[in-house]
Amino acid sequence: MTAQVEAVNGVSPNGSNAPSGPPAIRVEDLSTGYHEEPVLQHVDLSVAAGSLVGLIGPNGSGKSTLFKTMTGLHEPWTGRVLINGKPGKPGADVAYVPQTETVDWSFPVTAGQVVMMGRYPRLGLIRWPRKRDHEIVDRSLEKVGMSGFKDRQIGQLSGGQRQRVFLARALAQEPSILLLDEPVSGVDATTQHQIFELLDQLCEEGVTTIVASHDLSCVAQRFDQVLLLNRTVHGYGPPDEVLTQDLLNKTFQSHLLLLRLGTRTFVVEDPDHFQHD
Amino acid sequence: MIEWIMEPLGYSFLLRGFVAAIMIGIICAVVGTFVVLKGLAFIGDALAHIAFTGIVVAFLVGFSFYIGALAAAIIAALGIGTVSQRTGVSTDTSIGIFFSGIFALGIVLMSIGIHTYTIDLFSYLFGDILSVRRDDLISILILGGIVLAVIAVLYKELLFVSFDPVVAESAGLPARWLQMLLLILLSVTVVVSVQAVGIVLVVAMIVTPSATAYLITDRFGVMMALGAVFGAISAIGGFYLSYYADVPSGGSIVLVATSLFAIVAIIGPKRRNLRKILGSGGEVTQRPA
Ligand SMILES: Nc1ncnc2c1ncn2[C@@H]1O[C@H](COP(=O)(O)OP(=O)(O)OP(=O)(O)O)[C@@H](O)[C@H]1O
Ligand SMILES: [Mg+2]
Repeated sequence: MTAQVEAVNGVSPNGSNAPSGPPAIRVEDLSTGYHEEPVLQHVDLSVAAGSLVGLIGPNGSGKSTLFKTMTGLHEPWTGRVLINGKPGKPGADVAYVPQTETVDWSFPVTAGQVVMMGRYPRLGLIRWPRKRDHEIVDRSLEKVGMSGFKDRQIGQLSGGQRQRVFLARALAQEPSILLLDEPVSGVDATTQHQIFELLDQLCEEGVTTIVASHDLSCVAQRFDQVLLLNRTVHGYGPPDEVLTQDLLNKTFQSHLLLLRLGTRTFVVEDPDHFQHD
Repeated sequence: MIEWIMEPLGYSFLLRGFVAAIMIGIICAVVGTFVVLKGLAFIGDALAHIAFTGIVVAFLVGFSFYIGALAAAIIAALGIGTVSQRTGVSTDTSIGIFFSGIFALGIVLMSIGIHTYTIDLFSYLFGDILSVRRDDLISILILGGIVLAVIAVLYKELLFVSFDPVVAESAGLPARWLQMLLLILLSVTVVVSVQAVGIVLVVAMIVTPSATAYLITDRFGVMMALGAVFGAISAIGGFYLSYYADVPSGGSIVLVATSLFAIVAIIGPKRRNLRKILGSGGEVTQRPA
């Protein structure tokens, strides 16, 4: 919420992420897809710096495709993505944690070395990691609660631990924008809580974070912006404005029930409705 | 013993072979680290066979051996790299068809075109370290030096891209370009090694010392360094075996490398990695190179 307050008042308390600057992410009339098959159509979006955005939409709605396009892995067919006001490949400013890592788990690298890779784009050619880089790696591992596993070969970690190491690598990159594709899908409740605390902290530091998630109730409670996506943007704004029965039905094309208990919002499947395809 | 070791080194042509063998042992293992981890052995084999046809053509046309072999191998590497990046699927079958065809062409050209056996193409098939001339040695040292320098400069980037090409690219590294570069380095390594170990065995020289190192360590850098040590030991051992037993150096060098692998496989600590090398088990969700 900080970013928004700043935007309204037009003052930035610490001088960083000046509200008058360009939005952290701007998507202009983006359409793209795979092999002639369109996935995203006419996506328009503007994310203010320092926002913590929950990205929700059903399977196949294009969440991962949107991330890949934002980070320069996937080309737009039409339209464009501006990162901090600049078009083209964003480079190290955007850190991306994919939904599933397709790596060789027997690769001879340790958790610490994987996290250090996040520093590589920042280091430049021939430069070897210095004391500061090692400190950043240690801090990043600490933030995801993986300090004790630094010297463990990457394949010798559990699924959730591997996910946390990849999150730590993204943190070590010191990005201004963090794209997390379902980062909490395989981690336990305690770690999940820890990760959300971490995201809040990043948000305060001015890092713009978008998190794709299927946990709607969690998004409703923990994020300051919600992006409803299904091939195109169905809604973007604070949870209580966007998480409406109408917009959810449009996005998911099925019946989800919104429950509001006091200040908390829960989304559950409506047992009285069954959709037949 | 000392005498036995020093004797061949007293002759300058043997000393040249000795130096060339060590250089080749080292670069093969350094490049081999990527080849083993990325599963590029088959592509390396294809490049060696295609280089042979380049050598034949070079002899027929009157080029230097290195120009013919390098041109053929690098063009093939660029082709293979482009096709596998575009389709993203395993290209083993198409590479197999393509390289066997080119190799067959080389054999036919050789039989038709080369009637004088003053040029010993046989030595390119099985390797003859003792035939390394002065300018061959210079080429080996320069090309080998370039390969090592490029890997030293791009070490971090090549490591990141080998481990996780998708995230490396998302972080701003030119992943496709680096993967292509790796194939070009592999081509140069193959060509540089052909004179010493021969077309048929060059892949063994590239993968075996690195695979041996992989049985000992879980650290990428250590694997590369240990592989270079094993590569150099194999080259030196094979050099003496070739000299004293009068056998083709390709056979003797690779025999030493394979023996080292067998010994380490029996006593080595990383059973897990042995299973991966042998192709049974290991958790691999790597997409093709
Ligand atoms: N590499 C690909 N090649 C072809 N089609 C693809 C590819 N990746 C995704 N698609 C298609 O694009 C559409 C959107 O996929 P995307 O992965 O962006 O969805 P998603 O919203 O991330 O889904 P999920 O919730 O399952 O992660 C799907 O219909 C999918 O089949
Ligand atoms: Mg997805």
